[in-house]
Amino acid sequence: MTAGQPPSVVQNSGQVLPAGHEPANLGDILERVLDRGIVIAGDIRVSLLDIELLTLKLRLVIASVDTARQIGIDWWEHDPWLSSRARPPVEPGPRDPEQVEAERRPRVAARARRRDAEVEEWDEFDG
Amino acid sequence: MSSTAEVAPDRRAAVTGVWLHGVVRDVDRVALATVAGMGGVAVRAVSAAGLVAVVSTAPLDEYGEEPLRRNLEDLAWLERAARTHHAVVEALARQGPVVPARLATVHTDDGRVAASLAARRAELSATLARLTGRGEWGVKGYLVPGASVPSVASGAGGGGVGTAYLRRRRAQLTAREEHQQVASAAADAVHVALCEVAVAGRRHAPQDRRLSGVSAPMALNGAYLVDTAALPRFSDLVGSLGTRHPGLRLELTGPWPAYSFVAERPEPAGAGGESR
Repeated sequence: MTAGQPPSVVQNSGQVLPAGHEPANLGDILERVLDRGIVIAGDIRVSLLDIELLTLKLRLVIASVDTARQIGIDWWEHDPWLSSRARPPVEPGPRDPEQVEAERRPRVAARARRRDAEVEEWDEFDG
Repeated sequence: MSSTAEVAPDRRAAVTGVWLHGVVRDVDRVALATVAGMGGVAVRAVSAAGLVAVVSTAPLDEYGEEPLRRNLEDLAWLERAARTHHAVVEALARQGPVVPARLATVHTDDGRVAASLAARRAELSATLARLTGRGEWGVKGYLVPGASVPSVASGAGGGGVGTAYLRRRRAQLTAREEHQQVASAAADAVHVALCEVAVAGRRHAPQDRRLSGVSAPMALNGAYLVDTAALPRFSDLVGSLGTRHPGLRLELTGPWPAYSFVAERPEPAGAGGESR
């Protein structure tokens, strides 16, 4: 399908930058391998919900793994802005951390309640 | 979070699972032997129903249900796994169409992989046909800082320094809001225009700055399935759209394996076996 085309990055200056020798951006890769791709039920279940939680995290993972460790792993989990379910049309700019925190509390509880109830729905957000 | 009983860990025989990378129509098995899969071991092919699943042997002490859940939280492990999985999918995409599996799709043995190929043969074949001769391209649009934001005349009007500051600040905020609205409209327009040249287009959630690694906010995170023959036109279009919308900096990446175009419809509800 893509045989013979060197991977490239084109910017709107018309500039074409070969990207073949550089490993692709980790964020781009994570976004694709976790959030997209076909879902086939394996026997070893990492549920879609687990993957979804991971997807939320990857919304801000991570130029550097070390940075992420310093940040701590869970505070972004339920930030609606980072959630693929919330999906705002355009990034609203810097958010007030207190507002984020206030919004996430009820979501954490709701998510915990939902956790065992339904899994199926998670695959539909990408429509 | 109870661990499964089926995958009895105390039975020595059941110590490996099978990690699915992707499904193709056919594969060069000799070339496959040079592709490193999970844990650095070469991937292999499982054929069934006229399709080929490309898989890694996956020791269950690392890729079993509990270890996997734990490992996915380990960012170093996750990065390694994601890059390895992606590298395999990309190697397959260089040979022809591939349906990539989502990360961490693990079966107990080859027989189970073959069974899932057979069960989804029609859908997989149709998807492979749709992807033939096409590639996925990503187009991201970043807000250009300061573009089209009018500079605020300073010192105009009465009042003291504080009032002037507040007035200036308010004007800046308004300008920023307008700027974002303009950028959002531009992102819509770019997406629509690109979809006219592409076979299909999807908008994904804009990446957070920490994910994109770019300080400017992202307004467009699009994926486009493009006929190989239409690629020059598509990339020219990206260039001209960038000129037409100076408030957005467009970035084209690819070709990617068609991750965004393999699940045309959500899983049918009640497909069973998907929830646990």
